[in-house]
Amino acid sequence: MTPRQKRFSLIGLGLVALGIAAALVLNAFQSNLVFFFTPTQVANGEVPKGQSFRIGGMVEAGTLQRENDGLTVHFVMSDTVKRVPVTYKGILPDLFKEGKGAVAQGKLSPEGTFVASEVLAKHDENYMPPEAAEAMAKAKAAGKQSSNTLVVTP
Amino acid sequence: MIPEIGHFALILALCVAAVQGTVPIFGAASGNASFMAVAKPAARGQFLLVLIAFCCLGYAFADKDFSVLYVAANANSKLPLHYRLAAIWGAHEGSLLLWTFILTLWMMAVTLFSKHLPDAMRARILGVMGLVSLGFLLFMLTVSNPFERLIPAAPDGRDLNPLLQDPGMVMHPPMLYMGYVGFSVAFAFAIAALLGGNLDAAWARWSRPWTTVAWCFLTVGIALGSGWAYYELGWGGWWFWDPVENASFMPWLAGTALIHSLAVTDKRGGFKVWTVLLAILAFSLSLLGTFLVRSGVLTSVHAFATDPKRGLFILVFLAVVIGGSLLLYAWRAPRVGLGGGFDPVSREAMLLVNNVLLVVAMASVLLGTLYPLFLDALGLGKISVGPPYFDTVFVPLMTPALFLMGIGPLAQWKKASLPDLALRLRWAFGVSVATAVLLPVVLGKWTPLLSLGLLLALWIVTTAVVNIRERLTRLEGAGLVNRLASIPRSYWGMILAHCGIAVFIVGVTMVKGFETEQDVRMNVGDHATIGGYTFQFDGAKDLVGPNYIAARGTFRVTKDGHDVTVMYPEKRRYMVQSQTMTEAAIDSGLLRDLYVSLGEPLEAGAWSVRLYHKPFIDWIWGGCLIMAVGGVLAITDRRYRLAWRREQEVPVAASQPVEASIV
Repeated sequence: MTPRQKRFSLIGLGLVALGIAAALVLNAFQSNLVFFFTPTQVANGEVPKGQSFRIGGMVEAGTLQRENDGLTVHFVMSDTVKRVPVTYKGILPDLFKEGKGAVAQGKLSPEGTFVASEVLAKHDENYMPPEAAEAMAKAKAAGKQSSNTLVVTP
Repeated sequence: MIPEIGHFALILALCVAAVQGTVPIFGAASGNASFMAVAKPAARGQFLLVLIAFCCLGYAFADKDFSVLYVAANANSKLPLHYRLAAIWGAHEGSLLLWTFILTLWMMAVTLFSKHLPDAMRARILGVMGLVSLGFLLFMLTVSNPFERLIPAAPDGRDLNPLLQDPGMVMHPPMLYMGYVGFSVAFAFAIAALLGGNLDAAWARWSRPWTTVAWCFLTVGIALGSGWAYYELGWGGWWFWDPVENASFMPWLAGTALIHSLAVTDKRGGFKVWTVLLAILAFSLSLLGTFLVRSGVLTSVHAFATDPKRGLFILVFLAVVIGGSLLLYAWRAPRVGLGGGFDPVSREAMLLVNNVLLVVAMASVLLGTLYPLFLDALGLGKISVGPPYFDTVFVPLMTPALFLMGIGPLAQWKKASLPDLALRLRWAFGVSVATAVLLPVVLGKWTPLLSLGLLLALWIVTTAVVNIRERLTRLEGAGLVNRLASIPRSYWGMILAHCGIAVFIVGVTMVKGFETEQDVRMNVGDHATIGGYTFQFDGAKDLVGPNYIAARGTFRVTKDGHDVTVMYPEKRRYMVQSQTMTEAAIDSGLLRDLYVSLGEPLEAGAWSVRLYHKPFIDWIWGGCLIMAVGGVLAITDRRYRLAWRREQEVPVAASQPVEASIV
């Protein structure tokens, strides 16, 4: 091979390698995107079946129940319009509280219960997870019901 | 009064920065020596002024001056003094002051250790750093002034975020910033070279130690942050691929690529244009990291500011710095020249592949971090990118890079022979493969990833041994000790840093492969067994701390009937912010950590408890520390000092003849 051919074949090889890397990355990216839905969207059946997603909203006051094993909990997440029952087995984060915002990741069971694999509420008291805040804002904007007890503070 | 002094010092620093950013660069362009001479005193003056401002803020915290808004928002009269001082960088305004202070500290260091640099070069470097500093001072004085008064003064402060009241958090931000801002020196060197149009091997040799120091700080800073997440968040994880973690990891990847690319520019005069681009990239990513973390775009314990003006300012600043330097790059880079050629099988080629892989890895992290932000900004919905994405991307990208890490240091520059390399490395390869296949079986569990991880770690170590042995046989001289001593420190530094990577990989592999975790409800007197250790819960007692109250559990740990340790995890409630915190109890060891954290109190003294057995987890941070020590060792090499002395006598351009050939 002439030096010129050699150089071009090298550049070609490099491009092929980069292309493969890009394909790998984008493929992994595509299959690991976690989408966010509001309780209203969940209740309306807009969520993908059998796929993991995130849901955000308020943990409705008075709905938190613990099973006898001390670990499995049931609560209801709402955006003031629709309510979605959630089950989670594990230790809840420090800042998880009834009447506060939270975000959960998991799948929807056939019975319509959200089975969470992860519950996120790891910020300070006044903090509202942006997803939860948005869910509330959307519900409010829909004008079905408004609530002035929910104060969203940054 | 004191806060006003600090405020005025910042204003004066801004004026000095404006002078430092313009006059010396103009002087260097027009060849005016007296203009260039402004750089040094300006940089030192600026350092002094920002130091004064920094001390003033420290004084306000020590003095509990709650008439300063920032102090009132981040301290409390009950907060212990050391945390009050650490609260200086506990939130947005103060951490910017820390950023600027560290920038001026690096400037000061440049004025001290640049006697060997040509005047024009030094003037340009300090000028560029002055411009960066100008941006940050302007930012502080316009939209985030740490000295803003609160009138009337608050009776008491809101206290520091309890998550940050921790020794690891005291050290993490300064270390990280030393790294971030340290890349500004490499950046300034690169811009100065572009402005001056000369970029030779001497340039690379000058900027190498600076880059390596910054990289060491960044490595330690990231490790501290990861360690903090491990023991303070109470979830037992050491890396979450959280956007704020990614923000510090991206400059690290670019910086690592830069260090290796600089080595080629220094030794062979190659990769010049690429090196300059990486220097710009590393600092741009540091700025982006600051932006992501500080602007409130990302919500986490780090994001304090939600003021849109701040976000806009940083965005514009970012656009000016990155856009400006890339424009300059596009305009001037063709003049820099390409440097020597090399064969497809050579040390240069392997370093090039390493660089490409690191940059691709960096780009994939960037994609996973920024894409959700873009979607959100465009109103296309909220998504998050899960950790599995990063895991799937990193393993295939890093595997070839780590494999080459073993071969690269043994390959010759310019042209190496594959059969020769294979011959030299055959036993290293054999030993690594055999051990990697058998060891997991001996440990009782075999998975492909476990074997792969061990293989890579062993490969790095065995090839390092081959490397040292070959080097010793090649050296003349009597006695092993003499020969060992004659090996340069930069070489030892490289070997050590690479072995740090191996230690890190062992840690990650073993934790992923063998960790066990259990969430369990425990009554007083209950037992739970995990990883061969039996934990007995002896109940929880109440405890009163300086600014919190806590429930403190007692766990008696035994193994095979022998007492191992007693652990005291706490659940704290910080009074001022009425925030609950899990303070995990950790029993660290060389081969395993035991980790207990309290969940929630249940009825009749029972608690939900989280137990972990984490084998080799401390190797993760140990590996990072070894990498950093390797870096420090490398920069103490005599060749940098000798080269400096020599170059003072010999004209710069002639100092390093570079062989050139065409591929």
